[in-house]
Amino acid sequence: MDWKVFARSILVITEKNMRIYYFKGPVVVFGLLFPLIMFLTFFIGRNLDLVLFFPGFLGMMLFFTASSVGPLITPWEKREKTYERLISLPVILESIIIGDLLAGAIFGVAITTIVFVVSAEFLHLPLMNAGLLAISFVLGSITFAALGTLLASPTTDNPSNIMMLSSLIRLPLIFVSGIFIPLSQLGGWEWILTSLSPLTYLVDLFHAALNGDAVYPPWLDMLVLAAVILVFIWCAKVIQKRNLVKGI
Amino acid sequence: MVLLCNLDFGKPRMYAIEAKNLRKSFGSVIAVDDVSITIPEGGIFGFLGPNGAGKTTAIRMLTGVLIPDAGSVRVLGTDVNTEPLTAKLKMGVIPENGTVYSDLTAEQNILITAKFYGMDRASREERAGEILARLGLTERRKDLVRTFSKGMRQRISIACAIVHSPPVLILDEPTTGLDVYSRRLVIDTVRHLNQKGSTVLLTTHNIEEANALCTTISIINKGKIVATGSPEKLKKTFDTSRYVEVSFDQPVGRELFTVPGITRAESWGDKWRVYTDNPDHAVKYLASIAERDHLTIVSIATSNPTLEEAFVKLTAGA
Repeated sequence: MDWKVFARSILVITEKNMRIYYFKGPVVVFGLLFPLIMFLTFFIGRNLDLVLFFPGFLGMMLFFTASSVGPLITPWEKREKTYERLISLPVILESIIIGDLLAGAIFGVAITTIVFVVSAEFLHLPLMNAGLLAISFVLGSITFAALGTLLASPTTDNPSNIMMLSSLIRLPLIFVSGIFIPLSQLGGWEWILTSLSPLTYLVDLFHAALNGDAVYPPWLDMLVLAAVILVFIWCAKVIQKRNLVKGI
Repeated sequence: MVLLCNLDFGKPRMYAIEAKNLRKSFGSVIAVDDVSITIPEGGIFGFLGPNGAGKTTAIRMLTGVLIPDAGSVRVLGTDVNTEPLTAKLKMGVIPENGTVYSDLTAEQNILITAKFYGMDRASREERAGEILARLGLTERRKDLVRTFSKGMRQRISIACAIVHSPPVLILDEPTTGLDVYSRRLVIDTVRHLNQKGSTVLLTTHNIEEANALCTTISIINKGKIVATGSPEKLKKTFDTSRYVEVSFDQPVGRELFTVPGITRAESWGDKWRVYTDNPDHAVKYLASIAERDHLTIVSIATSNPTLEEAFVKLTAGA
């Protein structure tokens, strides 16, 4: 393996994705407007403690932004017939998966950072651990960008099919991840269900970093997110490799 | 089946492309069946075949786009499946219907492609300018590709494939659906690159194009290579299809042509088409019977076998 060429291919794919896909309609709608509307729907006019719920909102924002770019790229390129050209360039499947993932992760970090900075200015948010917050941003964005890349893997050249699948999977997750009901108030089946969602661990990490009221120890949250990243990337690779073998 | 043999015994030789026993099936359909090719450096090699013959599947395996069920591919000595990054650095590829990014400008498409090959900024910009000028797109370099015609998009596609001056250029149906101007530009560019040392492999179902452009042609049908050789050699494979077309000032009967050396005769309007292995002898015979029977030859012409005839015979029933 020529690692220099591999690293270069990842960076160029990331750059290409940033130039082409950041301003596409579905990314703006599902990545920016959607979490904002969800926030307004649940929090405005309900006299909720915004500081208490802010880690959940931040988690939801990072979740939606980071996972909104990936699902669009591969189906779009298959429809436009640029995917075959891309594979014929000095790239391998891993370059494409990681390049797509990085584009989503950078988008997620950039938008969520802006939201955090603006919110911190107006809401006077507490910040218990800046380093942990930075790690949460990085791990969370990579986790959900990997989810986006995985969602793009099934065979289709119709981006709306994947966006629909993406909504079908992403929307339920925000209701079972301790965003709207703090994890500490959950029990029984709700607790079990919540512990199955990777978003739970990101929200918990944000709780630890901002308010210091996490339920799980931060190392466990980080370990789970790292494991989920590996699983998502592995699944994306298996599915996309199968597509390459089948020629679809 | 090995198509071209290295005749330089004892001297190791690098092939531009060397594929061994390639096989690919989709479900129960065998798209490519045990195809082996060795393409020496420097020529223009053509894959000719009817639609669905397996040309594109073969090309996709040669370029690392599709993983073969069996077999191996080497490009300038590098295995495409085990060392894909290194192998792909040596290639420039224009996939069938493969287009460029319509949300980028012509120039951005070329520059971003050049980055994949590790070209530095100055080289990228200089080369992009050169290619855009060569392909007649300098004035449109800042325009989004989505505003381009099919021919212009194909020219950008070619620009991207040749930006790094690849030693091996692989084109899948590069001129299909193009207007005359774009088609000529594409062909000229392919010739120019070949003259500068690139080995070219192209697929086409355009027989005239293959005949005019290629130094060696493989005819592929139903996933198998059925013949390989220079265009002239392939034509001569079917010498029996050579004929003499003659018309006399008076009607003549078929029995006139029932002589040794003439395989058959067909009436074509006021002419007779006389099939023969030896047109020279047939012309002399026709002249002699004209003199003997007091006939005047109104017109006479010999026809050599065409690549199209060879193609039709080799792919009959496709």
